[in-house]
Amino acid sequence: MMTNYGNRLTQGQFSYLPDLTDDQIKAQLRWAISHGWAVSVEYTDDPHPRNTYWDMFGLPMFDLKDPAGMMMEIDECRKTFPNHYVRVMAFSSERGVESPTMSFIVNRPANEPGFKLTRIEGPGRTQSYSITAYAIDSPEGERY
Amino acid sequence: MEDFAEDEKVDLDTIYRDANVEEILERLDRELIGLVPVKTRIREVAALLVVDRLRKSLDLATSTPSMHMSFTGNPGTGKTTVALRMAEILHRLEYVRSGHLVSVTRDDLVGQYIGHTAPKTKEVLKKAMGGVLFIDEAYYLYKPENERDYGAEAIEILLQAMENQRDDLVVILAGYKDRMDQFFSSNPGMNSRIAHHIDFPDYGDEELLAIAKLMLASMNYRFSEEAAETFRRYIELRRLQPYFANARSIRNALDRARLRQANRIFDRRGEGLTRKDLITIEAEDLLASRIFSVRSE
Ligand SMILES: Nc1ncnc2c1ncn2[C@@H]1O[C@H](COP(=O)(O)OP(=O)(O)O)[C@@H](O)[C@H]1O
Ligand SMILES: [Mg+2]
Repeated sequence: MMTNYGNRLTQGQFSYLPDLTDDQIKAQLRWAISHGWAVSVEYTDDPHPRNTYWDMFGLPMFDLKDPAGMMMEIDECRKTFPNHYVRVMAFSSERGVESPTMSFIVNRPANEPGFKLTRIEGPGRTQSYSITAYAIDSPEGERY
Repeated sequence: MEDFAEDEKVDLDTIYRDANVEEILERLDRELIGLVPVKTRIREVAALLVVDRLRKSLDLATSTPSMHMSFTGNPGTGKTTVALRMAEILHRLEYVRSGHLVSVTRDDLVGQYIGHTAPKTKEVLKKAMGGVLFIDEAYYLYKPENERDYGAEAIEILLQAMENQRDDLVVILAGYKDRMDQFFSSNPGMNSRIAHHIDFPDYGDEELLAIAKLMLASMNYRFSEEAAETFRRYIELRRLQPYFANARSIRNALDRARLRQANRIFDRRGEGLTRKDLITIEAEDLLASRIFSVRSE
């Protein structure tokens, strides 16, 4: 994460690839629909990897038959939060799975300063590490 | 285009056969009585789409033909039924990606307060994407007597989707002919985006009788000979009553006849009962209708 080219955030699927085009996103959505997974859109400006719960944009889409409808929701979220991270999640409600099956980023801030690594010296020369997004010091909504 | 010799043979039949269109068109012919002008228009639309696909396969550039339609006609003339079939045909010919039909009216699209309409309309659009959006009694979207009516906002959003997302969505507007004409003349933007105006004529008496027999057969019933004659008279009388709704009135009349038939059979418990009794609608099941007493009043 700290050593990525351009400090690009790498979380979820495909994040080491160039950003997916809309057609590529639609192809992924088609995959989710064909499995009957519910697709949802989430956003955040706190990219710390331990921040697992992002904010939901609208409700999960249980009953859409086609990627174009989901794309409308994604575009709406990008328009509302152009400088946030936006991700698409798919959730399988199949008994025994009942968890997310897909997650990938579909929007990112124009400028990603990345994370600061802090080394903390402990007793007996032990070291622990901590990372902090450089952007996190500003209040929510003003970070990117 | 230069890659192809102009006189190269092209295979229209294969596309036509592969899409199984003939099968749907035949089923349409079989399962829907009358409606000749409508069936002809549907065949024309199907032909356009088949040829368009063939041209595409030869790299002959065309802009996708617009398929938004308006279905006009009185209640019960088959508009909703045909819209469902249309969705299937458009799907088989790969004009839409999925063949589902989302049927809505004004209340599903228009909100109650400022800011309520756009999300509602978009929600419906999202559901309809990849299929057909059927808007029944579309003229209720436009209320000229109230200039602050939110219907105009819904129309605006629909128009945008109809123009920009032609590959994702087909819109079919339906309603009474005269009110739709009025709606189109006050919404020229809508009018110009509708490629096919299809008019559904009222059914004649013979057609309604045929529809009744078809409906009964699909439910495993049939008229006795006398009942068929009685129903013919029923149709003539029913037509003169208020709220006559073509094939829908027929369906409702048959539902009531089934109820009476069941009661007649039930009242005769103890007597022997045959399979024939169970499937036959007798004249008396029809004669009990209010319609036959109206005249004598
Ligand atoms: N031509 C027809 N042949 C057989 N059944 C028909 C025909 N037209 C309509 N029906 C039946 O009549 C009922 C009402 O039709 P519908 O499509 O709902 O009419 P509309 O939408 O024009 O009010 C439905 O049950 C339909 O199956
Ligand atoms: Mg209808």
